[in-house]
Amino acid sequence: MAQAIDTSGNNARKSIYRTAIILSLLTAFEFLIAFTWELLPGPLGLEVETVRTFKNLLYIILTIFKAFYIIAEFMHLKHEVKTLMYSVMIPFLFIVWLIIGMIIEGAYYGRITLEAYG
Amino acid sequence: MANVAVDKKALIEGERPIFNASYGKLMMWFFLMSDAFTFSALLIAYGALRVRSGEQGVLWADPEAVFTHTPLLYELFHIEAPLVFVGIMTFILILSSVTMVLAVEAGHRRSQKEVEKWMFWTIIGGLTFVLCQAYEWYHFIIGHSDGAFALVKEGYDGVTALLVSEPGVVALKDFDGVVLAKGSSEFINAINAQGGAHELGVSQIVDIAKANGAPEIGLVLEGATKTSGGANMIVNEYGPPAFANLFFFVTGFHGSHVLSGVILNYIIYRNVKKGTYEKRGHYEMIEKVGLYWHFVDLVWVFVFTFFYLV
Repeated sequence: MAQAIDTSGNNARKSIYRTAIILSLLTAFEFLIAFTWELLPGPLGLEVETVRTFKNLLYIILTIFKAFYIIAEFMHLKHEVKTLMYSVMIPFLFIVWLIIGMIIEGAYYGRITLEAYG
Repeated sequence: MANVAVDKKALIEGERPIFNASYGKLMMWFFLMSDAFTFSALLIAYGALRVRSGEQGVLWADPEAVFTHTPLLYELFHIEAPLVFVGIMTFILILSSVTMVLAVEAGHRRSQKEVEKWMFWTIIGGLTFVLCQAYEWYHFIIGHSDGAFALVKEGYDGVTALLVSEPGVVALKDFDGVVLAKGSSEFINAINAQGGAHELGVSQIVDIAKANGAPEIGLVLEGATKTSGGANMIVNEYGPPAFANLFFFVTGFHGSHVLSGVILNYIIYRNVKKGTYEKRGHYEMIEKVGLYWHFVDLVWVFVFTFFYLV
């Protein structure tokens, strides 16, 4: 038990500040992308849509990293009993399924309304 | 506490609860899971509607053009700075999450004064965030001074709106944002020659449409009323109606979570001050309310990505 040995809490605080700095840096990086991505397609000779898709993917990856640090460190889930961790995380596989399903459904609905009304 | 073996005997006898966590913490975890499912459903609905719009060829709102107001910068210098304000809001919420976890850590050491201090700053952070959101909603609803307007008419396939977002873009859309008729280039040029559609009254637009090869637009718009820009539940100047509806619902639902979090934090703060947890011998209540508060921050991370960045 980390708390029992570390009575002054110095190590715990150090890890809190470390996580805080990581979260801030990830957010700052997201803003850097938001303000500079439109400059990229020209010099790199890429299509605007390619760069847009790439930066959106990057946003989602960064978001998942941020979510990991908040859940694992701030909400302390990484340090709980493994069975608790799995029983909280595994149900979210259903969400992955829902994302895939609804995106496909949305695209299909868009296509059929376009065919119906032109 | 990964290395702590679960005391099986105690488990069977019911002294230690399952998962080596207290009943209250477990229930908070499972409440947060159900809440996460709700937020996931809302954000997935946003994704599905946005993909649908894309397939229909309807332009979705561009966040950099929507969220451009920053307090003081806008009021004093009239500078429009896209995404700066929402960046500040994000940092405020992350910082209040950090002060919350510091309060939890101080609780482990049973340091009443420190718990009190960090809880206080967490409450301040949460309140600031709610006020920031109020400012953002206000500007989202009233819209940009030179922005678009909508012509609304009942009876033609629900509500019909002619949205003029920027010079050169004139399109007739129905309730779902589906483009019913695009203005001919003649019609658009004639409108722009008169100084843009926002300078004109409804009957003038109808006349121009009829005289410039867009009679169907003129026919539909006869008797319509002109509404100001900004956003409401029927039309908005930024994109399809679903964009504003989901913005109100998702950020509103998140904001109500922040507000109830602030209230919970305040109750706990009062109890810390009164010495309730000192008497109880442990500060586990800080951990429970902390879980909720971090969850609010976690949801904002996702809302921020999908509403403001992507």
